[in-house]
Amino acid sequence: MYEDPMYEDKRAAAPPLQQLTFSLADEEYGVDILVVREIRSWSRVTRIPQTPDYVLGVLNLRGAIVPIMDLRLRFGLQRESYGDDTVVIIVAIAERLFGIVVDAVSDVVDIDPAAIKPVPDMGAVVDTRYLKGLATHVERMVMLLDVEKLMRPEDVETLDAALPAVQDVEVAA
Amino acid sequence: MSAVDLTQFHKTFFEESREGLDAMEAALLALDSGATDRELVHTIFRAAHSIKGGAATFGFADVAAFTHVAESLLEEVRSERRAVDSGLIEVLLRSVDCMRAMLERSSQGRPVADAESEALRVELVQLVSGEVVAPAVAAASLVAPVSGWNIAFTALPHLLQTGNDPLRLFRELQQLGRLEVVRAFVTDSAPAQLAELDPSQCHLGWELRLHGAVARGDVDAVFDWLDGDCELTITPMVDAAAADAVPQTSDVPVPPAASASRPIRETATASSEGSSIRVGIDKVDALINMMGELVITQSMLSDIGEKFELSQLGRLRDGLVQLERATRELQESVMRIRMLPIASVFNRFPRLVHDLERKLDKRVRLELHGEHTELDKTVLEKIGDPLVHLVRNAIDHGLESPAQRKAAGKPETGTLKLNAYHEGGNIVVQISDDGAGLNHAAIVAKAQQRGLVAAGQELSDAEVAELIFQPGFSTAAQATDLSGRGVGMDVVRRNVRDLGGSVGVRSASGKGSTFTITLPLTLAIIDGLVTAVGSERYIVPLTSIVESLRLRADAVRKIAGGGEVFHFRDEYLPIMRLHRAFACSDAVTDIERGIVVVIEEDGRRVGLLVDDLLGQQQAVVKSLEAHYRRVQGISGATILSDGSVALIVDVGGVVRLGQQRKAA
Repeated sequence: MYEDPMYEDKRAAAPPLQQLTFSLADEEYGVDILVVREIRSWSRVTRIPQTPDYVLGVLNLRGAIVPIMDLRLRFGLQRESYGDDTVVIIVAIAERLFGIVVDAVSDVVDIDPAAIKPVPDMGAVVDTRYLKGLATHVERMVMLLDVEKLMRPEDVETLDAALPAVQDVEVAA
Repeated sequence: MSAVDLTQFHKTFFEESREGLDAMEAALLALDSGATDRELVHTIFRAAHSIKGGAATFGFADVAAFTHVAESLLEEVRSERRAVDSGLIEVLLRSVDCMRAMLERSSQGRPVADAESEALRVELVQLVSGEVVAPAVAAASLVAPVSGWNIAFTALPHLLQTGNDPLRLFRELQQLGRLEVVRAFVTDSAPAQLAELDPSQCHLGWELRLHGAVARGDVDAVFDWLDGDCELTITPMVDAAAADAVPQTSDVPVPPAASASRPIRETATASSEGSSIRVGIDKVDALINMMGELVITQSMLSDIGEKFELSQLGRLRDGLVQLERATRELQESVMRIRMLPIASVFNRFPRLVHDLERKLDKRVRLELHGEHTELDKTVLEKIGDPLVHLVRNAIDHGLESPAQRKAAGKPETGTLKLNAYHEGGNIVVQISDDGAGLNHAAIVAKAQQRGLVAAGQELSDAEVAELIFQPGFSTAAQATDLSGRGVGMDVVRRNVRDLGGSVGVRSASGKGSTFTITLPLTLAIIDGLVTAVGSERYIVPLTSIVESLRLRADAVRKIAGGGEVFHFRDEYLPIMRLHRAFACSDAVTDIERGIVVVIEEDGRRVGLLVDDLLGQQQAVVKSLEAHYRRVQGISGATILSDGSVALIVDVGGVVRLGQQRKAA
């Protein structure tokens, strides 16, 4: 192993997690920078039928057909309008791309993994299922988003599982 | 001498060996059906020989040892010391299967020899005249758990000159299990005086013990190349407890030499190594030609662009036309690379038919037509299993036994015909037999029992045929009391549908049935009609469009339950409002102002109401599932010329969606 006293104390603690922070309805969220592929401004999407309303549609990202989800709608909030200042964060989990519409992108911050607190049951504004934890950065609370869970929402899964059964019933009827 | 990394050649070896085995199988089946060509025997022999050579070179000792025995047997056939009979062919076919399985295992780095291959090897050894091993001991020791081997190995003086090295052998043995040297001795051939010792001569012998459950084949393989260079005795290590236990224990695997229980090979393992395709040099040349033209066009266009004057507008237009043509041809050439002849799927059927004939005691003549018809690699890989299913069904349920056929005044040997051909933008694969046809009464009875049709309801031939594709007819338990077809036909239909194709059946009682599978030529590009629904664009595949028309309001009849139908060429078709199915806002709802596109899927027609037709376009199909998930009624997406995404309508899915709504 390469030994250098300069790096010693950094190695002692777990490496900080770099999070891209963004705002959504006056709250601060963070998403792991390693899953972020790009940040782009809003462009028109093609609506897909038979999907939950928070999936706005798909767009052409250099030849890939990428679904776009509005995080406000996902969390049961309203969105007034989509315009040039609406921001889309493209994330990738296991080669699958997904776009998340947020209010505005803020910063990239280092979060000490040891300082991440579990999510209390907030009940109110936010669906806590999609949060990994809470962290504090410069006096502000950052909610860390679990993108993987967001991409595979349970309702979609159950819907998928139910579909074949529905078809079979139709045929038999 | 630098060590060459042989592993880099393994892939090629496996590919070539597989091809060799296919060639062997084909030649064996040809021999079986009565061909007497000497060349066939040579083909089989050559294939076996190259596999053996390759396997030995690349260190697959078990494969080499097995193939060596098979080759010895073949050598006898080749030198006409042994006659070809069906028993021999059966053994050799099993050997081909076995070698295929062994190669598959070695390519995955798993242990190669198993009880089955060992038993078959012993069987082969017994067949080969002159090479008598003590079969009883060998067979028992091969399947029974052996605790080890006693190896008495005495080198003949010239051993070293043959390039063999005892030390290397011991190392190889050590890799198999713990090696114990019981005794090393100097043989009698050694000179009495040390001064007379010739260092190139070997005068040593060893008694060794190899501990562990090592297969005999593995041990043999180590000494494979020492034939005639040493005295060798290998005996299983007898430890008293094991020796007693072996004959009585009932859980000792039965030597699979009993071929009756051998399962019929359903599918070739073709998809396991699907990463590369072989492309004919002509296709590559065509590509290079296209590329050349494209480069010329490009330079011409950039020439115009550099000093553009309005007078050159004509030339510019010509250039663009040329560019379009070159791009289109290039696209077609590239697509053609993915196209492979259907022969690769058809080729597995002679063997399947051969096996089924024996198992079901029927006589079948297989006719293959249009093997050179090319289709997309992806389609090709997925169509294999449905075809196997249909062929199985045809022989199992369709063709009658020789006695029944004779009684019905038909030749005892049934005919099964596989035919592939192009038709429009589609590939059609037909499987026809001259058997009994669909058993109407049994199917209807079954359907009534399952509640799919009401008792006493009269059904047309087409309706009865449709019944066998219903999921209710699918499970094996139900198949036993149904003498007709229909085992897993719904699965066949689903598989074909997943490929964007359709499957139908025509049957005549007593004369046979014909299953027709229609498949798109390629999955990657479709010709589509761009339609507008509200502000959205949907692409309808051109191949499923029958006609588009504008309806007068009085041509539409409302039927009970809120459905709408219209009269079209002697039949009433349901109207499917696309805006309603896909919940589009701001779409035309007045039928007189919209356009009805008549689409067809599996013989069912539906009128699809859209706002307008915008034009025809080639669409490169992109999967929605790659990043999202499957959406019912949508088969994929494509990118329009303005960069936006348009969804492609899954005609079958929409038709089903319509029925679902009706049912709801």
